[in-house]
Amino acid sequence: MKERYIPIAGTIFVFIALFLTGGALYKHFLSTLVLGDLLADNAFIIIAAIGTTFVIISGGIDLSIGSMIGFVGVVMAGLVGHGWHPLAAAAAMIAFGVLYGGIVGWIIDICDIQPFIITLAGLFLLRGSCFMVSLDSVPIKHSFVDAFSAWRIPLPGSGFLTSSAIVMLLALLAGVVIAHFTRFGTNVYALGGDRTSAALMGVPIRRTTVMIYALGGFYSALGGVIYALYTASGYPLAGSGVELDAIAAVVLGGTLLTGGVGLVVGTLFGGLISGLIATIIDFDGTLTSAWARVVVGLLLFLFILAQRTLIGTRNALRQSIG
Amino acid sequence: MSREHTNSVGLTAYPRAVLVRLAEKRAVWPLLALALILVVDGFISPEFFSIRIVEGHLFGSLVDVVYRSMPTAVVALGMAVVIGTKGIDLSVGAVIAICGAMITWRLHMGDPPLIVLGAALAAALLCGLWNGLLVALLDIQPIVATLILMVSGRGIAQMINLLYGGTDPSFSSDFFAAISTGHLAMLPSRLFVGAGIFALLWLLMRRTAFGLFVEAVGGNAAAADLAGIDAKMIKLAAYLVSGLCAGLAGVVITADTHTSDPVSAGLYIELDAILAVVIGGGSLAGGRVYLGLTLLGALIIQSLTTSILMSGVPPEYNLVVKALVVLIVLLLQSHKFRARIRRSARPAGKHLP
Repeated sequence: MKERYIPIAGTIFVFIALFLTGGALYKHFLSTLVLGDLLADNAFIIIAAIGTTFVIISGGIDLSIGSMIGFVGVVMAGLVGHGWHPLAAAAAMIAFGVLYGGIVGWIIDICDIQPFIITLAGLFLLRGSCFMVSLDSVPIKHSFVDAFSAWRIPLPGSGFLTSSAIVMLLALLAGVVIAHFTRFGTNVYALGGDRTSAALMGVPIRRTTVMIYALGGFYSALGGVIYALYTASGYPLAGSGVELDAIAAVVLGGTLLTGGVGLVVGTLFGGLISGLIATIIDFDGTLTSAWARVVVGLLLFLFILAQRTLIGTRNALRQSIG
Repeated sequence: MSREHTNSVGLTAYPRAVLVRLAEKRAVWPLLALALILVVDGFISPEFFSIRIVEGHLFGSLVDVVYRSMPTAVVALGMAVVIGTKGIDLSVGAVIAICGAMITWRLHMGDPPLIVLGAALAAALLCGLWNGLLVALLDIQPIVATLILMVSGRGIAQMINLLYGGTDPSFSSDFFAAISTGHLAMLPSRLFVGAGIFALLWLLMRRTAFGLFVEAVGGNAAAADLAGIDAKMIKLAAYLVSGLCAGLAGVVITADTHTSDPVSAGLYIELDAILAVVIGGGSLAGGRVYLGLTLLGALIIQSLTTSILMSGVPPEYNLVVKALVVLIVLLLQSHKFRARIRRSARPAGKHLP
């Protein structure tokens, strides 16, 4: 097996093992109903995490995702309240996300500031803007929203593929195409692998950085739109901490936080693993939500440890060859 | 007079030189910022500077600013040391939550207060040790390594609360109240805790070789290693310091609220602490530790918050204002940005310090 596929193989193995464990422990767990719910409930996190995957592969980080999801929700609710069609509001918010991400990427490149701190400022800015727009949860009432949540494709068995899950899968497909079949995707990997070599090889650093964060903004805004449609409301505290869930999903998906290595499709399974842990805890009934955090933290630790060992052996091999 | 015509800023050569020299002093900009905020506060509320004695305690807005900034300041001091080694500690908020749960759990078990305090600080040190081991021994990036505890720490705190049933996570303890909200010689007692940890850290950083080693490791870990400094041990020690500082802040915060609140205790404090370090001139690229300026940074953040609350602007704007302050400070700190401004300013004939 190729070296780059080892992490994703590990991720898929953990996902299947968890799913089978759930099936062994609880009746009705091994069903398309659970799978469909898993996809629907985690759709917005996974969508946002796809953008984070690009950012992390390029060697950066984006901490403002959760705030973006909240901000998109409250503004969408406001716009729909003013008579906008939800789709028009969604398009406007996605355009905002792209513009916002582009500006962040531009500042990162032009000022040579660590992405971590500038996106932290973005976290404050967007969350604060949420509170400025609205302090309460605002319902989004529109026939389109009802139609969106009602529309679903039945799966064999008793399950459904909901519309948000379908949007997520399409967004994932687009992400895979961008990452592996475009020049931009190659540039992202090159930038994360070694910035200096990438620049020497002629990768346009500034344009690529701006595009990476614009793409991140696009996906987190899309995640916000899906979350708003899914919950049919805009809530200023929505998405708090989702940036961490998204980063966890990316890491569990086998992407190296040092940049340069990772697969977009891994993020799907990474997100599903944390979702699956929450589902198992729900099924159990006696465990509290505290377990979900601790188990996700533990898995993060194990994955990072495994990554270190993989890199360690690779570097040792290189040294023994060179 | 002809000089003033050639100089668009309108200063003669001599005061300019003085100004330039002043501007090069690190403390000037944060001090100016703090002074500006305080002056604005003075305009908003004429009583802002009045300090009176009520029931034998000093009382007034200025005292309140210092009082409220104490937990953030203590966390920021530990953060400054970690950032000095080119690291970061995202888990401080979670450590505060764990400390709160430890205190409540042990008090419910009937331990004497001093033992409880020891248990809480030991838990905090254990968290610091965990972070330090991940960063120093396993060589994991600090953001990622401390992310693990940040994600799971609040869950651990919730689990500790379950140890005693967790139905009533509140407590009353004269000892802890005395540390946090009590008074000593007219001043809030928590200020003595803060001053104590500051003095200790200052001695450690400036009167022992440790400070030199921290800055050497942060400046260039490989070079420090070649120079014979055990970079791993220094990093480990830095995370222990940060853990202990977060623990102390956790004790003060928990004693203040008389309850363990794993979900929101110390929420976002890591951001405020990092912000305080950055405002104080600490570079996230490592190699610099300014403890005094970090305190100043924490004071700036708190006085900013206080003035937002006083000015009648809705508190929701607090976050936005903070974000804009971070952005401005970051831009001013960025060499590339400053060089760009200087370049674009020169043709217009302006001289920026």
